[in-house]
Amino acid sequence: MAALLESLLQREVELNRALDWLRGRHECEENGQDLQVKKQEFVPFLLNFLRDQSSNSLTHGPATPAKTPSTSRPLRAQGTSSERRGNRSSTGQGSRSTSRIQLFSPAPSPTAQQHRGRRRMGPFGASAASRQTGARSGQMEEGCRWDGAGRKGRVAAKINEPVSPPTQVELNFNNLDDFPPVGAAHVSPIPAKPSRRINPTPVSTERPNSKPKSCFTSTPLSQPCSSSPSIPETFGPGPSAASPLCLQEERELLKKERSKLAQQTSSPAKPIPGVCTPTRPVRPGSKVTPDPQAPGPDPAKVTHAPELNLLAEIYCTCISENLVPCVFLEVFFVLQLLTTRSVAPSDTMEQDPPVDYLGNVHNCVYFAVQVLENQFTLLSHLDRCTLRLLAENERVGVFSPGLRDLLVQAQDSCTSKVYLHTFIHSVPFQPATDNRTNFSSDKAFHIFKKQRDIFYELLREWEDYHKEPGWEFEAALGNRVRAMVSQLTAAGNHCHFARLFQKQLVQMCKGPRVLGSPGDAPDADLLGMVGADSLGRLKRLQERLIQPQALSGPCPPPSFPGNQEFFRDFLQTASCCQLNQHLKDGLCQQLLQLNEVSILGPEAASDEGEEGVDGDMEQRRYSSVLVVAQVLAKFLGFISFLPYQTSEAPSREIQEAAVTLRSKSAPVLDVCAVLRSCIHRKRTVLTIPWLVEFLSMLDYTGPFLPSYRDAFGLLLQFYRFVMYKNSNMCVFVSILTVCLCFSVDQQLLYTCCPYLGEFRKLLAAFVSGSASKTGGLIRKITPTSAEPRGPPTTQQAFFHNQPPSLRRTVEFVAERIGSNCVKHIKATLVSELVRGGEKTLRDGLGSDCVNAAKLNDSICAQLCDAGMQALEKATRFCSENAPRAVRVLLPEETSQTVLTTAESITTRLATEKACSWLSSNITKSLNTEEANRTPLASDVIVEIKEVLSIAVGPRTEEEVFTVQQIFSLLDKVEQTLKSRKVQSIHTHFFPTLHILLSCSYKFIHVIMIYVLYTVLWSLCSSCLQ
Amino acid sequence: MKICRAEYKTIAKFIEQLRPTRQCMKILKDRFPNHSQSTLLSIFSLEYQKRMKRTLVKHQDVVEDYFQRYRSEAKKRPSDPVLLELANEVDLSPSLLARLLVERFLEEQQGSVSSKQVLNSMLKEPSLIPDMQLAKHVEQCTINDCCYGPLVDCIKHAIGQEHEEILREKLRERNLSFLDENHLRAKGYDKTPDIILEVPIAVEGHIVHWIESKASFGDEQSHRTYLNEQFWSYWNRFGPGLVIYWYGFISELDCQRDRGILLKDCFPTDIVTLCHGSSHC
Repeated sequence: MAALLESLLQREVELNRALDWLRGRHECEENGQDLQVKKQEFVPFLLNFLRDQSSNSLTHGPATPAKTPSTSRPLRAQGTSSERRGNRSSTGQGSRSTSRIQLFSPAPSPTAQQHRGRRRMGPFGASAASRQTGARSGQMEEGCRWDGAGRKGRVAAKINEPVSPPTQVELNFNNLDDFPPVGAAHVSPIPAKPSRRINPTPVSTERPNSKPKSCFTSTPLSQPCSSSPSIPETFGPGPSAASPLCLQEERELLKKERSKLAQQTSSPAKPIPGVCTPTRPVRPGSKVTPDPQAPGPDPAKVTHAPELNLLAEIYCTCISENLVPCVFLEVFFVLQLLTTRSVAPSDTMEQDPPVDYLGNVHNCVYFAVQVLENQFTLLSHLDRCTLRLLAENERVGVFSPGLRDLLVQAQDSCTSKVYLHTFIHSVPFQPATDNRTNFSSDKAFHIFKKQRDIFYELLREWEDYHKEPGWEFEAALGNRVRAMVSQLTAAGNHCHFARLFQKQLVQMCKGPRVLGSPGDAPDADLLGMVGADSLGRLKRLQERLIQPQALSGPCPPPSFPGNQEFFRDFLQTASCCQLNQHLKDGLCQQLLQLNEVSILGPEAASDEGEEGVDGDMEQRRYSSVLVVAQVLAKFLGFISFLPYQTSEAPSREIQEAAVTLRSKSAPVLDVCAVLRSCIHRKRTVLTIPWLVEFLSMLDYTGPFLPSYRDAFGLLLQFYRFVMYKNSNMCVFVSILTVCLCFSVDQQLLYTCCPYLGEFRKLLAAFVSGSASKTGGLIRKITPTSAEPRGPPTTQQAFFHNQPPSLRRTVEFVAERIGSNCVKHIKATLVSELVRGGEKTLRDGLGSDCVNAAKLNDSICAQLCDAGMQALEKATRFCSENAPRAVRVLLPEETSQTVLTTAESITTRLATEKACSWLSSNITKSLNTEEANRTPLASDVIVEIKEVLSIAVGPRTEEEVFTVQQIFSLLDKVEQTLKSRKVQSIHTHFFPTLHILLSCSYKFIHVIMIYVLYTVLWSLCSSCLQ
Repeated sequence: MKICRAEYKTIAKFIEQLRPTRQCMKILKDRFPNHSQSTLLSIFSLEYQKRMKRTLVKHQDVVEDYFQRYRSEAKKRPSDPVLLELANEVDLSPSLLARLLVERFLEEQQGSVSSKQVLNSMLKEPSLIPDMQLAKHVEQCTINDCCYGPLVDCIKHAIGQEHEEILREKLRERNLSFLDENHLRAKGYDKTPDIILEVPIAVEGHIVHWIESKASFGDEQSHRTYLNEQFWSYWNRFGPGLVIYWYGFISELDCQRDRGILLKDCFPTDIVTLCHGSSHC
């Protein structure tokens, strides 16, 4: 292998031939002299080679791209995985997590795999299905192993050697981490002479005689079955035999262990600086600390450019041909190379200094830029923000202005769609399911009413405080949650509450995470407010302020981000088996319903040629269904496996017993059946993403249960199939493939594959890092006022290309003409109008038979007519005067078309201004009239009370009423009672009057009694009619 | 009318010394000429009620003493408003004092405690009180009290109804279709705001599904109570909504807009309907 690469680098083998070979065009030549190696061996070798080469340079960034097959990165990078780390070491294999050792599969058999945590699935399994299982799992340290044994069993059983009994599957196939990448199926351990320098020497395991290469070599699939169960051989004398040979590695291992311990004690939330995967032992004397004083990368200082070009080309071909296990990891690796910090020259003590192709920052950046250039098509699928960060990366600019320009262009054409999402909403009350008839008793109904309110109270409190330091769900809300849940039990309201809970979960978790961590999908509300450009800056600002470096790496573990946290904590705290059971029922039902939802697949859509509007609708539908299904599935998995979760991996015996026991009862979801059906019906694009969410919640033992084991097998098979089918395409892992084919919007992609955001974070971290070093490379972030921006109208577009003075003129003239118009109409029409209205009112009230309703109608009609007249008059005024004024004020050379357009805009603006004033003011005057005419009942009662209180005393000398005053009050009473507006009030007015009447026994009241009873009588009889 | 917290405190402080008489409103109005009469009355009413709630127990302990004092005073000057004077002297709402004494009186006369209904009906119709003199004094109390008593209850009720009607009227004017409380109850809703809009609107950029009309001033305490007992419950069932405090509110309380509860002191003008676009264009 090394020889092949060597010969390529030495130009002994033609590059094109090698590339063709990689592309599979010269399969037949495999037997040729030069290329007596398998692609499947070569690719991992190459990837490892690149990691090794750059190991001294890559000293930055919390998340190093997993060295494809062997990385132990995330393990060390993530403090949170400490427990899992512990688990792993409990397997009793001498080897621990040096990167080297990880190259070998320590546990291809179930025995050895028992330490597998929940969420444990290989990145391949994961990438096959979608992100999360493996990719998020942080299991890369093992996950990336190219485990020959594992692969063999699996592949042999399922694909290549159907004769193999499925029982063999268990051996390796359970080791999901070991699922090999596409095309890696046939590997034979060829004892090619290893290149001394780059060969990993395991501290533990592996056959001693193949140690240098065993990292990637694996038991050939083509080998007889006998070797398949021979997993134990991996645990043979390897460690003891190997260890003496690799003191260097041992030292390295110790170092790693120490740093691991250090990290475990540090806060898990904090990024661990300077962690990387130096797969090559760091030689004594070599410096890995980034040197702040070191100069930036310089194209002129690049050494070995031809070799780097060659390497880049081979590497890119591997990526393009999808020979790498996970394209995503490679992109991350390249971005790390791009953003690597300067490292002081190392290897001074090297006895036999090998060619250090990626040993300095210049070469790293050069290589990275080469690859990025080559893989531009791939890059162009990234989101705008990432593209922008890339384009603005000064290194890209220095090394390849062409790439920078391409990136800038791509950024512009980036069609990231943002769908409006609603902010947190409650679950609407639905009489059909929520009213009294749905409850067993009044009490249950009443209790649920309270429970609903308590639930939201808890939710709001959580929203307010959960981010505050020291706040804990259990301490703050625990007792209230349990009290409420215990009431559920008392009232038998579990199914109601489970439904509410589930709906609220969907409500709050279906959109882009409202309360998610920064760097998540952009908040559409915010986007609408500040515009996309400012949003990018805002987000970056936020990122820098809140989480300047919180890179979780390309393979973050499954989590409950944003609002999901509330629901998880609630369930954990409530710890109510009835509630959980009802929830499981509900979640399962909704999931399977969603799974059946009609979403046209890409084929169907293109067949019918229904792109465009319908296609857009489909996408929306698809994305909303997908996101909901994923959340539901995650919670279904969470609840289902909650009883089995343990902090420590169970021992082998316990696990075996558990498997035996648990395989007797039916799993909550028949994953295999769902999977088969979705593949059969070509609905994997929807089903697999949510299934993966479900499976990511598995406990330690879960993956060993027959049903889930088979499901993983199916997933793997499917992944291979997809990759095979698309082997000539530029693709991400399958979910992305499917998504991209379906041209799903980017936001969804990033929501489904949050690890994609890590590119952006890495680049952003670089920006902030370089600023801190050089004292302000960062572009200043100018605060943007959050004024809502409307969509640009044609009017705005018109002004866009005109001199600013034109706009100012138009706006000024419109303002003045509008104002003059109002004054003109006020002076003429309105005063007439008011006078006329008042007269009508007086006349009407003065006449014998007062019909308030008719009077009102006639005045309204009058005002309406007049109002229409006024508007007409205003329009005329503006269209006469505005164009004249504009014409005079604009420069003479203004073209006729521009002039006409400006005139019409001015006229329209002036008319709008005038008319809006007129209509609001005419309405006002109308209201005033009305208010004058029919006093409010409450006012009348207040007045009556006033009169009465003076009547009953105590009163002063001045406090007296004339008979006129009393009669005028009685008039008001009458009017009020007759007003059609307040008829609904009568029911309350009557008793009031009744009280007044009943308690009045003075002379003055006698009159009132008389009048009021008369009025009441007439009213009552009219009401009765 | 929105009033800031500090200003409200000033008003509340001033109110501490006032009695619920006809004259107090004039005094209040003269002192705070910038605020409308109805807002001031509403604030007075709120603050006075807080005061009464705080001190009622204390008065209940000395009812016997009040009763004896009333008896002797009424004997001395039967035509004077002695009960009202006593109420103002001990700083107890005249209506509440009247109620306590009628209760005490009936207890003495009948030897047993009277029911609430009997008491209520006697306060509403003092002529039912067996003692004509007491009846007259009680009437003076209930009629003069501007914060408590059957009349005030009626007025408050009427004001509430009127403002709901005004709200409905405004909605009809703008062609916004809605369901009112009665519709909702008929459908079996467990909590019912005054109005549920059939098609939500946006008010000042905030979505509104329901509207609650409050014909009172929104002070800290009453708003908190309303939030817990009504507004959040509405939000929990119908989503974001609008509360109109027709007599104003403490401006700082309008802090839940982003959370889905919007406060206004009048019917909003900035309304955007979903289907017709901006209604004021």
